[in-house]
Amino acid sequence: MNTRFTSLSFLFKDKLTKFASLTLVTFIIVAIFGPWIAPNAQQGRGTANIDDSFIGPGKAHWLGTDELGRDLLSRIIFGARPALLIALAVVAFAAIIGTALGLIAGFRGGWIDNTIMRMSELFLSFPPLLLSLVAVTFLGPGLINALIALIISWWPWYTRLIRVEARIVAAKPFVEISSAMGVPNRIVIIRHILRNVTTPLIVQVAADLGTVILAAGSLAFIGLGAQPPSADWGLMVAQGRNVIFDQWWISTFSGLAIFLAVLAFNILGDALRDHFDPRISRQ
Amino acid sequence: MRILWKRLSSALLVLIGASFITFTLARVIPSDPALAYIGPKATAADAERLRVTLGLDQPIPIQYFKYLGQTFHGNWGYSLSTKQSVLKEITDRLPATLELIFFAIGFAIIFGVTLGVLAAKYRGRFQDSLIRIISIAGVSMPAFWFGLLLQLLFAGRLGWFPATGEFDIEVKYDNPIHKVTGFPILDSLITGNFSAATNGLHHMVLPALTLSAYSFGLLSRMARANMLEVLSQDHIKVSRAYGLSERIIFFKLALRNALPPIVTVTGLSIAYLITGTFFVEQVYNWPGIGSFAVNSLISIDYPAIMGITLLAAIGYLVTNFIVDLIQAKLDPRVGMR
Repeated sequence: MNTRFTSLSFLFKDKLTKFASLTLVTFIIVAIFGPWIAPNAQQGRGTANIDDSFIGPGKAHWLGTDELGRDLLSRIIFGARPALLIALAVVAFAAIIGTALGLIAGFRGGWIDNTIMRMSELFLSFPPLLLSLVAVTFLGPGLINALIALIISWWPWYTRLIRVEARIVAAKPFVEISSAMGVPNRIVIIRHILRNVTTPLIVQVAADLGTVILAAGSLAFIGLGAQPPSADWGLMVAQGRNVIFDQWWISTFSGLAIFLAVLAFNILGDALRDHFDPRISRQ
Repeated sequence: MRILWKRLSSALLVLIGASFITFTLARVIPSDPALAYIGPKATAADAERLRVTLGLDQPIPIQYFKYLGQTFHGNWGYSLSTKQSVLKEITDRLPATLELIFFAIGFAIIFGVTLGVLAAKYRGRFQDSLIRIISIAGVSMPAFWFGLLLQLLFAGRLGWFPATGEFDIEVKYDNPIHKVTGFPILDSLITGNFSAATNGLHHMVLPALTLSAYSFGLLSRMARANMLEVLSQDHIKVSRAYGLSERIIFFKLALRNALPPIVTVTGLSIAYLITGTFFVEQVYNWPGIGSFAVNSLISIDYPAIMGITLLAAIGYLVTNFIVDLIQAKLDPRVGMR
């Protein structure tokens, strides 16, 4: 399996994936070096500059300014870091919690399996995102609470995925033999089962990163995510909403940032899946 | 029949569990519903009195069972912001949302499946890449942003479609819609009120298009993948060898076999549409459940939130049930479990 990772050429296999890789690299660079890249770091952080409010895109401000006169490009650049961090954090926590429960359920079976799976089914009985919306409402709006709320509704997907894979691996002779030889369960789970479910796990993680950015943006758009004056893409789309017909650039460019980031993750997620699962490959 | 009962009882269990999760979220987390009800200016004594009236002074488990019993009897509580019965708010607004979902899923199925099948037909060619890009864009598009863009372009700049609302006020005033089923566009069609019907359809285009983007992307990708999988199977190769025309192979043999998974994805995408309406209705000021949901969330209107959550869970269950039924009809191998 490791050999497949040594070659990352599949990330550049056609024009579309090349575009996605470049976009993603740009976003990562912007997220890390934002304060040095942004034309106006002070305004990117949220300092108002009322005299310059609602200036259209042009030489002075490439993407225009918002209601408080802040340079929109700087704001969008500062929004990259929280967007990528929340995606990573949500997927990481959801994957860790979900995988741990899925491994236990798949390996142990019996009533433990039953309890865990009934519980995750309950969480999955809500339409996507609904549980997060409800949770963040009662937790109170904010970036950290949005993160917790997204994890609450995301982990069961991983539990379900990993349990199926774990059951398949657990039924294989080498696992049975290791157990029979007296290898402790903990070691069997980590050394044999976890290693064998890595591939579907990675594919799922890649596919989810974009979806989480979309979900976090949605929460922020209705005012339940990051709060002003933070630079958050979803929040910025909402702030431009009332002036969409006149100062069109605010919502348009902020939303474009979300769209491009999600698009890049989705294209690369597809490429990764095709790479590991040639059955549904496009070649 | 026994199978149906089994399905129904498991569905009921899921709903009770779902109500438990929402209830827990609403009560365990430290936000004071009584304070939300009367506002920040109330005195502590006022809040205390209200807590007793609302039953909030009782232990949480008792509150839960009371809630469950009342919900079962059709008493879904009163909205804190509109002071109306939650069930009435929901039934008043549900038809507008269902019509929106109906048109959105219609768009998604027609365009999604057609383009997916076309992509499979032109596999590896220019058309395939183009459709692939549109489909990925569809699932990557934030609905609230897409909605604003469509408003900006088609309502603001071009003026082809109205920006918000379900009907023009004048139209509703001059040609009032008589209530038959409660569904506004359907009712205006049934009663022959064509000026209202065309006006309603005109208002429907942008919101339905916005809402359908995600499902469209899912469906066209799924349709393409399934068509390709079916086309690579042996029986298709044999039919080709027998000299059946490509048209018959493509539309009669392949498409029919590719349908069942497409039905599954349609069901899944309806689930996405349910929460999708929250954002689309918010952008288009659509008088449905979605905008009510967003307002309730923002104002922590917990009886309304719990009602809407329960309704959404029911909607999700019903969709899955219907999908299973269609599945069993399409594919005799899939029995009802």
